Parts: sequence; C-alpha cells; structure tokens
Amino acid sequence: MEPISIEGTPKTPSVKFDAATGNIEIKGRSIPENSIEFYKPLVDWLEEYAKGPMDKTTVNVQLEYFNTSSSKCILDVFKKLEAIHKAKNEVIINWYYEEDDEDMLEAGEDYESIIRVPFKMIEIVE
Amino acid sequence: MSFDVHEYYSKLNGGDVLVAFKGSVTTDLINNILEEIEEKMESADEQAKVRKKVYNVLVESLQNLYHHVEELPEHLKNDFESKFGILVVSREKEAYKISTGNFITSEKIKFLKDKIDKINSLSKDELKDMYKFILNHQKLSAKGGGGLGLVDIARKTGNKLEYTFQHYQDDYYFFNLDVFINEEN
Repeated sequence: MEPISIEGTPKTPSVKFDAATGNIEIKGRSIPENSIEFYKPLVDWLEEYAKGPMDKTTVNVQLEYFNTSSSKCILDVFKKLEAIHKAKNEVIINWYYEEDDEDMLEAGEDYESIIRVPFKMIEIVE
Repeated sequence: MSFDVHEYYSKLNGGDVLVAFKGSVTTDLINNILEEIEEKMESADEQAKVRKKVYNVLVESLQNLYHHVEELPEHLKNDFESKFGILVVSREKEAYKISTGNFITSEKIKFLKDKIDKINSLSKDELKDMYKFILNHQKLSAKGGGGLGLVDIARKTGNKLEYTFQHYQDDYYFFNLDVFINEEN
C-alpha cells in the first residue's frame, strides 16, 4: 500500500499514514470549512489498510485546533481503527494535548468514551 | 420600521475592538480574520488558554456564518453584498465578546431559537452529553456543517448564548448572536 504523506497548511493538518510500519499520524490544525473533502481519502486508505493491518498500529493525534466539522471526520477515522482493533489487532491511539489545554484533553476523552480502542492521553509540557 | 443593520454594526464597532467586519462572508475573509486575531492576541500577551478559546470559538462563529448566511432577494438587497454577514470581536470588562449577525428567513427562526434555548438550559455535563450524541449520531451535511457549532461554543465558553432576531423586511430577519469568553477561565 502506498503511504500517505501530506504537508500541513494553516487550516489542515500534516498527515503520515504508513502501512509498512503501522504508524498513523495527524498533526497540526484541522479547521477547514468543509472537512469531508480532506478526510475522505484518509478514511478510504484506512479501509484498505484494515484488510491486512500490521500486528500493531500506533496512532498519534496531535492537534492544536480542530473545528466541529473536522470532529465528525476524526470520529470516522477512529471508527476505522476500531474495526481493526475489533478484528484482534493491536491498536493504540495516543492523543496529545498541550499543557493546560483542558478543552483538547476533554475532546480526547469524548472520543475515548465513544470508540472502543485503548487511548493514551499525553500532555505536552514545554 | 425595518432593523438598521448598519447602525447596529456601527454601535458594535465602537468599544475596544480587535477585529470588525461587514460584508461578504467568504473563505478568504475567514482566513484573513483568523490570521489577524491570532497576531493581535499574541502581541497582546494574552494567556495561551484564553487565546485558544477565543480562536476556537471564532472559528466556529465564522464557519456558522459561512454555512448559514441567507441571501436577500433582489428587491431587498439595497446596499447589502451577497453572503452578507457581520462580525465584531471586542473586549468588554473581563471578557472577549464575539458578535455575529446574518439574515435569516422567518421559517428558520423557530428551529434556531429552540436550539439555542435548549443549549442555554443545559448544565456542563448535559452539554457534553449532547455534543457526544450529535457527534456520534448525526451525519455531516453536504455543506460540511454538523449541527455541533453552537453546542461547542457553549461548552468551551461556559456562558449562555445571547441572541436577538430583529425584523428587517418581509420575511427576512437579522439574527444577532453574542458570545462571551471570560478572561479568567
């Protein structure tokens, strides 16, 4: 499978999906007016990856800002990961948030309560 | 008498204003405003926590405008540009105030008013539950909106959403929304 590598912009995150290592990374800002356009290829990629995933998939999500339009798309990404986990593969989601950013921590906890995949909340201390 | 949108805007644009805009709500406009507010808050040495909240709430407010501005029909347009909306970010006492305004048709008022009243009646935990329910059960519209913007704003600010609907002409009203972000959050 071809990896995905997308540079970040002021409104969309940098993305690195690599099937050969099982490393999935979304980093930066996700505040586009219409997020479906941006996330659809990522969700499609994960659907393909789910057919033959690595024994362990490590997901790193480190967002500075994300809008409510993105929040649904991020849930779609996590649902694909949940399916991989359900098929008895190891999946871990590392959710990074900046020191004192309670809103971002809470957002991670919202997902953790919806998605049946182990989450790890990681505070970034400057 | 019809509501004077321009006078209303002038009044809003009177105090300690960080950013003010009236006109066509486009993607470029949103980008410019977000860039401007980020620079201003950084140079104002505002706490990171408050800065992030203001930025987040501003993103949702602008995108709500972008997705929901109603076009006026030709005979009522007068000097209003298409996709007309207003935005003013100002400081009042110990808070940042984000005011937005846009035209709306009367048949949409009830839905919006009920939604805001419902949000305003909920506790912090109830808002969290409502957010999670919508997130998990409602599909994104073709426009990319998910019905989460106002819930998210109420959750992040911890304040009630203040609003008015002012009659403009015929079936058209002007919807004003004021959102407050406390500095000591």
